[in-house]
Amino acid sequence: MSGNVPHSRSRGDRKSSRGIEEPPWIRRLLIAIALGFCGIFLVLPLVNVFAQALADGWGAFGRAIVDPDTVSAIRLTFLVALLAVPLNLIFGIAAAWAVARFEFPGKPLLLTLIDLPFSVSPVVAGLIYVILFGLQGYFGEWLDARNIQIIFATPGIVLVTVFVTLPFIARELIPLMQAQGSEPEQAALTLGASGWQTFWHVTLPSIKWALLYGVILCTSRAMGEFGAVSVVSGNITGRTDTLPLRVEKLYMDMSEGSAAFAVASLLALLALVTLMLKTFLEWRHERDLARGQSDPVSAFSDPAEGA
Amino acid sequence: MSIELRQVSKRFGDVVAVDDVSFTVHEGELIGLLGPSGGGKTTVLRMIAGLELPTAGEVLIGGHRMNDVAVQHRNIGFVFQGYALFKTMSVADNIAFGLKIRKWSAADRARRVEELLKLFSLDGLGARYPHQLSGGQRQRVAIARALAPRPAVLLLDEPFGAVDAKVRQELREWLVKLHHELNVTTLFVTHDQEEALEVSSRIVIFSRGRLEQIGSPREVYEQPVNEFVARFIGVLNVLELRVTNGVAQLHELRFPTHGAAEGETLRIGFRPYAVQISANPRELRYRARIRRVYFLGVVLRVEMETSSGLVLRARVSKEDFVRQAISEHDEVSFQIRSYRVLARNGDSLAPEVSTEHTVPEYDPGI
Repeated sequence: MSGNVPHSRSRGDRKSSRGIEEPPWIRRLLIAIALGFCGIFLVLPLVNVFAQALADGWGAFGRAIVDPDTVSAIRLTFLVALLAVPLNLIFGIAAAWAVARFEFPGKPLLLTLIDLPFSVSPVVAGLIYVILFGLQGYFGEWLDARNIQIIFATPGIVLVTVFVTLPFIARELIPLMQAQGSEPEQAALTLGASGWQTFWHVTLPSIKWALLYGVILCTSRAMGEFGAVSVVSGNITGRTDTLPLRVEKLYMDMSEGSAAFAVASLLALLALVTLMLKTFLEWRHERDLARGQSDPVSAFSDPAEGA
Repeated sequence: MSIELRQVSKRFGDVVAVDDVSFTVHEGELIGLLGPSGGGKTTVLRMIAGLELPTAGEVLIGGHRMNDVAVQHRNIGFVFQGYALFKTMSVADNIAFGLKIRKWSAADRARRVEELLKLFSLDGLGARYPHQLSGGQRQRVAIARALAPRPAVLLLDEPFGAVDAKVRQELREWLVKLHHELNVTTLFVTHDQEEALEVSSRIVIFSRGRLEQIGSPREVYEQPVNEFVARFIGVLNVLELRVTNGVAQLHELRFPTHGAAEGETLRIGFRPYAVQISANPRELRYRARIRRVYFLGVVLRVEMETSSGLVLRARVSKEDFVRQAISEHDEVSFQIRSYRVLARNGDSLAPEVSTEHTVPEYDPGI
């Protein structure tokens, strides 16, 4: 009997979709346009990056990667992501919690501000921090007197990275937490759970997929950011170069063409891994949702309700 | 355990949600908080649970003041209107949640969950997830989860609101049975008067944040303290009569003045059961035509229209209806056997003069 229901359902779906079907040539045209654009603007450049990276052979590729300055750039890039992503995680959860659970006067403003990094050019974001913390900036003298360097150093890079990646996690969580409401959490409280237990056992499991998704997007952006980081980094080779900055520098230095592409291919690879992770998570999430739904009859099989 | 509210008020900014409410729920009682939406019932329930704090007054559970006791330590079971099941947990884990928090051993937890699954006719559904259950099943999981840690009191917010009529009826009967078996002090919120009358041992009636009346279903139905309660519990025919020549009248209907002066308005109310109908159009005092007959099971509600256009509702037993062979559009005669004088100003919340007058003793002398 359980086999019958999904069967008839899919049959119904096919029937209903037939009514609004376009002529085949429109379908083919649209698919061709979509695939064509993807090919020319996405796949071709990506393939080219890897082709160029290996243009001088695997040996040159390997030498470009293990170059001490590149290794230092890789290390810095990971360090920045490692600091920026957890900071964003804390901010994202706090902001989403505040927006979804409380009413307060500055709420619309907060929601608008969260989107600010999306609309502000990264270069401007970088400049803001230079104006604040640079030697000629508002806090420059005070910081200099205490021997704290932010601009042209790792702290500045972390700060601007946090700025540009700020919306990623909060934006994933806010709509979800708003939709879920706070009743399950209140239910946990009435069952004796502390605030922390409630967060750990009830809130976190219900937002974990959105959270992971946000973290992945945030990480990939944190590693790939160029504009803002370029402004505050000072481009000190071997010290304040991140991977994107290193790629640009190698590329400008015409003699090292394939090296630039080798490093660029690392970034491209990171992007691909991110996409794969994201796809995998979406698949897992959908499987999670569908868990046990293979038996749709079950919902009506309770004898106490007499179907 | 008993629940007591002492002069409890709750304000949200300028809005007074609950206004100086006092009542007691005795140990083991099953009480319904009844009133129109936005009447403050849910806020009262949430204050008992500790999910809201009263602006003024005291909440006591088992004789102990609870105002400063956090929700976690009040030992209450709360069932939310939308059930609020943990969707990432199986049915068994949902039910075991409160036990886990209280550090019950795994064996004790498993035993208690089994026991509750059985009691709630959820056998074999322990491994399911909430989205795989029907509305009625979800409801029962929510109650089972609330009852698992053996709370002192059970609080339910609109427990039957989200399921269809048939399941609602089953759940009502089931809640009464459950209460009979467990005997835990239970308080539930509803806006459905039929539900409250059927399920509760006593009813607390709220309107606009104030307690209007508390009493058994029979008391609030037969002796409503004011017009609001009378109209809210069951059906009430209301007539506005004008005193002319020493008689209160509205078209052909005539009543004593009950002290109202000449030219003043007298308002009276009567229940459909107080209307006596005869198939013989000449037997009783007034004449009317049957507009519509509603079958409500053992009784029928009859809507009739007098020759002057007044629409009144009457209740007729099925036997009487069959014996007299009344049908729609028939001409009938009727009289009003008893009625109440309502507050004169028409404010539905004003106190009522609760005197019953029996018509046979009344002779208009005209």
